[in-house]
Amino acid sequence: MMVTLTIDGQIIHVERHTPIIEAAKQLGISIPTLCHHEGLQPFGSCRLCIVEAFRGNRSKLVTSCNYPAEEGLTVLTASDRVLETRKMVMELLLARCPDVPGIRRLAEKMGVEAVGFKKKGDQWCILCGLCVRACEQMVGVSAISFASRGIEREVKTPFGMESDVCIGCGTCTYICPTGCIEMTGDPGPPGHRVMDMGDLALGSCSNNHDCETCDIDQGFLDKMKRAIESVRL
Amino acid sequence: MGFEKVDEILENYAYKHDALIGILQDVQRLENYLPQETLQYIGRELEVPLSRVYYIATFYKSFSLEPRGRHIVKVCLGTACHLNGAVQNLEQVERVLSIREGETTEDRMFSLETVNCVGTCALAPVTMVGEDYYGAVTPGRVEKILSAYSTGSGSAEDGKD
Amino acid sequence: MEKIKSSSQLEHYRESIVHKRDVGKKVIRLCNTGCRGRGSSKVAEALENQVREANLDDKVTIKKTGCHGFCQIGSVMVIEPGNILYQKVKPKDVPEILSETIVKGEVLDRLLYRDPKSGEKIRREADIPFYQHQSKTVSHNTGKIDPTDIEDYLAPGGYGALDKALTTMKPMGIIETVEASGLRGRGGGGFPAGRKWRSCREAPGIIKYVIANGDEGDPGAFMDRSLMEGDPHSIIEGMIIGAYAIGAHEGFVYVRDEYPIAVEHLSKAIKQAESLGLLGEDILGTGFDFTIRIITGAGAFVCGESTALMNSLEGRVGEPRAKYVHTVESGLWDRPSTLNNVETWANVPLIINRGAQWYADTGTDTSKGTKIFSLVGKVRNTGLVEVPMGINLSEIIFDIGGGIKRDKKFKAVQTGGPSGGCIPMNKIDMPVDYDSLKQLGAIMGSGGMIVMDENNCMVDTAKYFINFLMYESCGKCVPCREGLKQMHEILSNICEGHGQEGDLELLQKLASFMVDASLCALGGTAPNPVLSTISYFRDEYEAHIFDKKCRAGVCRNLFDYYIDEKLCNGCTLCRVKCPEEAISGEKKKPHVIDEEKCIRCGICFSLCKKEAVLVK
Repeated sequence: MMVTLTIDGQIIHVERHTPIIEAAKQLGISIPTLCHHEGLQPFGSCRLCIVEAFRGNRSKLVTSCNYPAEEGLTVLTASDRVLETRKMVMELLLARCPDVPGIRRLAEKMGVEAVGFKKKGDQWCILCGLCVRACEQMVGVSAISFASRGIEREVKTPFGMESDVCIGCGTCTYICPTGCIEMTGDPGPPGHRVMDMGDLALGSCSNNHDCETCDIDQGFLDKMKRAIESVRL
Repeated sequence: MGFEKVDEILENYAYKHDALIGILQDVQRLENYLPQETLQYIGRELEVPLSRVYYIATFYKSFSLEPRGRHIVKVCLGTACHLNGAVQNLEQVERVLSIREGETTEDRMFSLETVNCVGTCALAPVTMVGEDYYGAVTPGRVEKILSAYSTGSGSAEDGKD
Repeated sequence: MEKIKSSSQLEHYRESIVHKRDVGKKVIRLCNTGCRGRGSSKVAEALENQVREANLDDKVTIKKTGCHGFCQIGSVMVIEPGNILYQKVKPKDVPEILSETIVKGEVLDRLLYRDPKSGEKIRREADIPFYQHQSKTVSHNTGKIDPTDIEDYLAPGGYGALDKALTTMKPMGIIETVEASGLRGRGGGGFPAGRKWRSCREAPGIIKYVIANGDEGDPGAFMDRSLMEGDPHSIIEGMIIGAYAIGAHEGFVYVRDEYPIAVEHLSKAIKQAESLGLLGEDILGTGFDFTIRIITGAGAFVCGESTALMNSLEGRVGEPRAKYVHTVESGLWDRPSTLNNVETWANVPLIINRGAQWYADTGTDTSKGTKIFSLVGKVRNTGLVEVPMGINLSEIIFDIGGGIKRDKKFKAVQTGGPSGGCIPMNKIDMPVDYDSLKQLGAIMGSGGMIVMDENNCMVDTAKYFINFLMYESCGKCVPCREGLKQMHEILSNICEGHGQEGDLELLQKLASFMVDASLCALGGTAPNPVLSTISYFRDEYEAHIFDKKCRAGVCRNLFDYYIDEKLCNGCTLCRVKCPEEAISGEKKKPHVIDEEKCIRCGICFSLCKKEAVLVK
């Protein structure tokens, strides 16, 4: 069923329940995000894609990556309230990862000049979950996952040991928006590659990087190609 | 060890993926913690990625990936307990046992944990040792309560307030 | 056991239970749930052994019941007939209770409750002021019946509402009744239960679920625990009626892992109801099928959030779902699901039995019925209280609660758990209902009511809740995870004496952002403890930030202990117990604390019987 909605004053017809972020894209309106990827299920964790959705006179802030298009909806993607909220998201992320160039650039672009928070981290991972979801939904191996909860949440392999199911495809490194997962060539035979996050080795290719003869899901190559059109900053 | 007992647990739950939390609870009751090999075994048997098993085991607070002591001391840090000086009790337990929260004594006699609420708020501040509740605990009473367990004579005073 | 196949068979069975009871026998009702924390299991053991040894089986029945409510005076025992309440019962009291009260009918004066106001001993449970101001409705069975015996539930009319609903009402009629009663969710949000049921019934789908939330996560609250332990059948009966109204055939009770007795009692209740044909296939011969499974949580406050709870039921981590679809349309396994708190479910049989109008007669315009609160903290009478909606906070705290312990000054009452707020003295004449509490910056929540006195620091309290949430948040979204971390940092700095100008404004800005931008209600309500304390106790924050003083004597860098030489009798207890050897003094002479050595651990403060250790 098609529905009609208004985004930043422009009218658009889309299939009902299309995420607002996709509908906006069709109008050439780009909404910033750090955790959304077309090829993956919406996750709603970074909250950067927040927009203001109106029903009648009442409005609320919603994340455009998963808010479904409905008939008669009016959306503002850059109202003052939206921009202020996004600035705070970036300020918090910048306090967490002050050294990540991509985060610094994006924060600057959004007008975050200084961070008012004292607590500074030294992380590179923003816990957007793109790598975790790509590994699960695109590659289909779930070599990595989140672990723990609250402020202790992190991305890692089970027990922090090198994964024995990682196929070394590199999707996680491609999709990571902050560059905190790197692919290194050694140690190992030629063509061998190792995914790591700082001290933590996530896994490496078990088939000498010969995808054509790999007995792991052959469909994954196509999925991976989609993944590479990623949201790199 | 073999995994016969784990197999039994898995069979009780008919190898259902949605029972993973219940399975891990039963394993922990059996082993007192969740050993790495057992989690790997469960992942294989259920055909669930190990990463999912691991995430669950680290997400929920009642799971432990480390072996725990014979007596688990749980200092309740619920609101009523907090207001009635639970933190001082916790510090006193740490002093008496010479371990920090989350640790186990060298002789594997005690593990020290904190809980958010054991639901006996009217007796605050509450500390549990194993299944025994102690209400209206003060730092001055901590040593006496714990010594009854370290000497092996079982529960201290009769849940006295 | 033969299954009951009709209304008349149910009536017949009920009559047979009542008939076989020996009215001449005395009954001892002993709390065997909450009072276990005071050793009631040992009292029960002593009772059972000694009754057997003295061949008193034909004289007395021992009923191991759920919570009587007045936990402060546990172990609580009530003897019928006579409604005699014995307080603080210990195993050593058992022989005398049996020989005097049971055999001779004499009341043991020393075990009676003494009213602190009048100084008089009170014999009957019903005459104790703590109970007199209450309206036990949902909790009317708790403390009265043996929760592990379905006959105790059936005898006074249990499962009558189920019979009425299934045999005389249409599903839509039940929903209309629940809507008309005005029942709102007892778990926190206060969403109208009937409307939720209607949406779920009308949602497309053949398979639907009903779920009871027994994951009582709010620290300081234990109402749900007492219901599950003390009257599990009322929850089960409510769920079956709800399932019939909604069109569900499968139900789940999600219980906290920390509540083993609740799991045990619910399991027994389900088995017994099944064996009588009140649960399972073809309930009461009406052709309606419904089963209930118990699932235990594994320690995660966030599982109180509905989508997190459903993820947990599916065997996943309790991460809230990022979806703008209601769980009544797409919940457990993406099917229409009705999730209500266990207390909400327990209200349902009452409404069906006595009608929507009867129910709506109690309470205020927008909050109907009664509510159970766990009254704890610095109040004299701690325990569970059930009161009509709309009662004043001061009535609960002072009339039922008996005021503040050790005659200290009331400072605040915290309602609603970590999503709630702190209400000060000048607001405690406000009525307790969903909307008034919200207006005060607190919430009804599940019913925790934690009373604080002059020795509790409000900044520390705010820090306590933020610290709690920081580890209990699932950590998925940035506002909640990173916001709580920064809030905690600011509050810790204030408590340690490093607060500075602008901290309060930054906290407020961060708070309103978290309300707006968080993924779920945990993050969206997390700032409430901070906002409410800033708004009512700003002076206390300012004393921490600018004067570097914590007058409550909680924040260790911001106060000192000293011993009042007039009050100190030189008992030496503090000196002996001080872990830092910071106290000196001779026997029978006033002692002195060395401020340099003192680590403000509070041991001397808690030990001193003369209350001579003071804060400056």
